[in-house]
Amino acid sequence: MLIDWFTVCAQTLNFLILVWLMKRFLYKPVLNAINAREALVAKELKDANAKKTEARKERDEFQTKNDEFDRHRAELLSKATQDAGVERTRLLAEARKAADDLSAKRQQSLSSDARQLNQAISQRAQKEVFAIARKTLSDLGSASLEEQIAEVFIRRLKELDEKSKKTLVEAHKSVSDPFLVRCTFDLPAKHQTAIRLAIQQSLFPKAQIQFETSAELVGGIEMVVQGQKVAWSISNYLESLEKGVVELLNEKVETGSSEKPAVKAVVRHRSGSHPKEASAKPPARSR
Amino acid sequence: MVFWSHAFLKLNGTIVFTWAIMLVLAGGSKLVTRKLSTGLKRSGWQNLLEIVVTAIENQIRDVGLSRPEKYLPFLGTLFLFVATASLFTIIPGYEPPTGSLSTTAALALCVFVAVPLYGIEEQGVGGYLKSYVQPTIIMLPFNIISELSRTLALAVRLFGNMMSGAMIISILLTITPFIFPVVMTALGLLTGMVQAYIFTILAAVYIAAATRTTKRGPELAAST
Repeated sequence: MLIDWFTVCAQTLNFLILVWLMKRFLYKPVLNAINAREALVAKELKDANAKKTEARKERDEFQTKNDEFDRHRAELLSKATQDAGVERTRLLAEARKAADDLSAKRQQSLSSDARQLNQAISQRAQKEVFAIARKTLSDLGSASLEEQIAEVFIRRLKELDEKSKKTLVEAHKSVSDPFLVRCTFDLPAKHQTAIRLAIQQSLFPKAQIQFETSAELVGGIEMVVQGQKVAWSISNYLESLEKGVVELLNEKVETGSSEKPAVKAVVRHRSGSHPKEASAKPPARSR
Repeated sequence: MVFWSHAFLKLNGTIVFTWAIMLVLAGGSKLVTRKLSTGLKRSGWQNLLEIVVTAIENQIRDVGLSRPEKYLPFLGTLFLFVATASLFTIIPGYEPPTGSLSTTAALALCVFVAVPLYGIEEQGVGGYLKSYVQPTIIMLPFNIISELSRTLALAVRLFGNMMSGAMIISILLTITPFIFPVVMTALGLLTGMVQAYIFTILAAVYIAAATRTTKRGPELAAST
């Protein structure tokens, strides 16, 4: 017989036992392990998602801070650029002002030098001219220069118009000062007497007269009372010489150095302040 | 092959080989599952068992049983037992217990009993019994016959396949003792695996039918 019922029962029992054994030793532990692993994976995925979220948040924060930092840096850079521009402008202005001051000082110094040089040349020229004139007069005739000057002065006193005489007399009366006669050289007694006589005759008979030697007058003689003056000097003749010297200096300066603007300015200044041309005829200043 | 007998008690080869299979399956499972890893790193044996278990579970789910873990011990053991019984045919002197009609009948009886038990568990006694009169009461005898015949078919199909395979190999061994029986043994392995799969899937289908017959009613009612 193909079917043995004892075997069937035994195999049924065996199978049921096997089911229990397999459930006990295989399915349950394996399923538990799988579930535990799935839970672990799920937890790790959850953690990973949490970390991802946190990382994204941190990245956003970092991005925000980075943007803020960039913006702040740009602001600082802009401010620094602006400050640098302002400082540059200020420094340039200071430098320009310093350069202008220096230039003005140099110009002033050059002007002063030129003025002194001009004055020195003028005085030297006056002295030389005076010496030449004296020697020429001495060589040509017996008359001395001082004598000629005294005679010219006396003649000018005598040729004064009435108005000038009146002004001089009134000036003398108001202060009762003596007439001060200044001369470049020591007037000889003869000439002093002649001048005194000329003054007393022409202006005031009782005039007190005081003679004085002054080196400032170059080859001249003058009478001063209360600011009024009658004078003759060869300095006026030297003005043309001075003008020629100035023109010569200008030419030198124009062909020469970097100092030409200052010298030119000085020359213009001088020619502007003394516009009158040199004249052979000495001006008689009287009031 | 009878090892021991007393009255109606007989210790035959079927029972002994069944015990051997039980020992291998349970002992191997015990050995492997002693130190199961719940982490991401695990041993090869654990991997093998997990693959087998999850594959069976997926097959049960694919049949239509929504909670495969509930049916896994029964259906999984059916498959593993039949498959192991076939696999051991490569061992000389071994006779598969599934080549005995008593064993296949026992397995079919287990299925025969398990199907109504699962059905009653799911639907209750009334709900399960009602499935026998669906769609009309006229179908009652046919349903009962169907239950019996499919159980018989389960037993005979497995028995026939396994016995024929073993018998063909034994005949071939006497005729051509060298290469050809090896080929047939390999073919027998394939046949055995297919039979294990068929037996298990059919059991799963029967259980699914028993547990879904009355469940489909409310679902249909709800859908209409």
